Amino acid sequence: MILLRLFFEFFKTGLFSVGGGLATLPFLYEISDKTGWITHADIADMIAVSESTPGAIGINMATYTGFKTAGILGALTATFGLALPSFLIILVIASFLEKFRDNPLVNKAFYGLRPASIAMITTAGVNVAKITLVQLSVFASTHRLQDLFLWKALLLAVIIFILQRKWQVHPILCLLLSAVVGIVFNF
Amino acid sequence: MHPFLFSRYAIMAPMKELVELYIAFLRIGCVAFGGGYALLPILEKDLVNTRHWTTMDELTDYFAIGQCTPGVIAVNVSTFIGKKRSGIPGAIATLLGFLTAPVILIILIAAFLSNFAHLPVVQHAFAGIRVCVLILILQAVLKLWKKSIVDRTTLGLYLVIFVLTAFSSLLPFSVPVAALVIAAGIFGLFFGKDGNEKKKGGAA
Repeated sequence: MILLRLFFEFFKTGLFSVGGGLATLPFLYEISDKTGWITHADIADMIAVSESTPGAIGINMATYTGFKTAGILGALTATFGLALPSFLIILVIASFLEKFRDNPLVNKAFYGLRPASIAMITTAGVNVAKITLVQLSVFASTHRLQDLFLWKALLLAVIIFILQRKWQVHPILCLLLSAVVGIVFNF
Repeated sequence: MHPFLFSRYAIMAPMKELVELYIAFLRIGCVAFGGGYALLPILEKDLVNTRHWTTMDELTDYFAIGQCTPGVIAVNVSTFIGKKRSGIPGAIATLLGFLTAPVILIILIAAFLSNFAHLPVVQHAFAGIRVCVLILILQAVLKLWKKSIVDRTTLGLYLVIFVLTAFSSLLPFSVPVAALVIAAGIFGLFFGKDGNEKKKGGAA
């Protein structure tokens, strides 16, 4: 039955993709090759859509594939299939953590885990910066410094940063403002 | 208010609390652009400062665990918070809340707007949103820095893992991200200090 297979394929994806979003991609290509439910072009489109909608890319992709394959029921089945493994794993870890929060060994492990966590967040930031603030390909051909930065974006970044640091403007408001600025000033 | 009583001994958390959890994460799901990391400043504002459901210390740890466990980081973090507030029913409420908006939106796009991502208005709006996401990620780094980079050892660890992940395309070998995080945890077990300033976070 198609719903059962959808559930199973995305359950597997959710179980083995560690590290969030893009880690699901290899599994999605495998699903595409094996089942023909989606094409590689669909996946490329969905990466673009995921970047332009809220929600994680893995979740969005599961919803999309499920819908294309078996309608709304399919969309729900695939999405829950993807979310279920990590949901169960986190429930177990959470109960463990509630019991052992003050255990010295747990604290020691976090001493190493926290810097690793921030390092990876920094990397994610660098990757976003590479596509939002600079245009390396243009700079590589012209070698002019004024072509390296996307000045409009850089200015918006500084303004948002000040809004948040100095006046604690709510991040959701900043997101809305950035969308409007993007449309009005043709980003 | 005794969340302790609710989460440990009551089989069903009060309906009102579950609805609150659902709505809080419904709202967060609507603005969860650009993956889990940009969520941190939003979670801090909504859940730490306004609702006092969790602390910044706990959020930091949830993100660290969310990165080395399978699945989507945002889902992992919302499950943690729901579980802590109201046990398993709470975790289900946060998960459903977080998924509602993206699922509806993607179904609508798949059904009606196959060229959604290519519409000029959408492209301009999201070029703007990406700038904001970048700043939110920067905020997340600045916020987490104080609690996490506490001495030279942690700074060294940070730099090593940053270089390995940010310049991974230049390396002759590829290191799975999860392996890095687990290695960092093991490193902590051997060389870590049991931070004694972290005594408050664990009331649950």
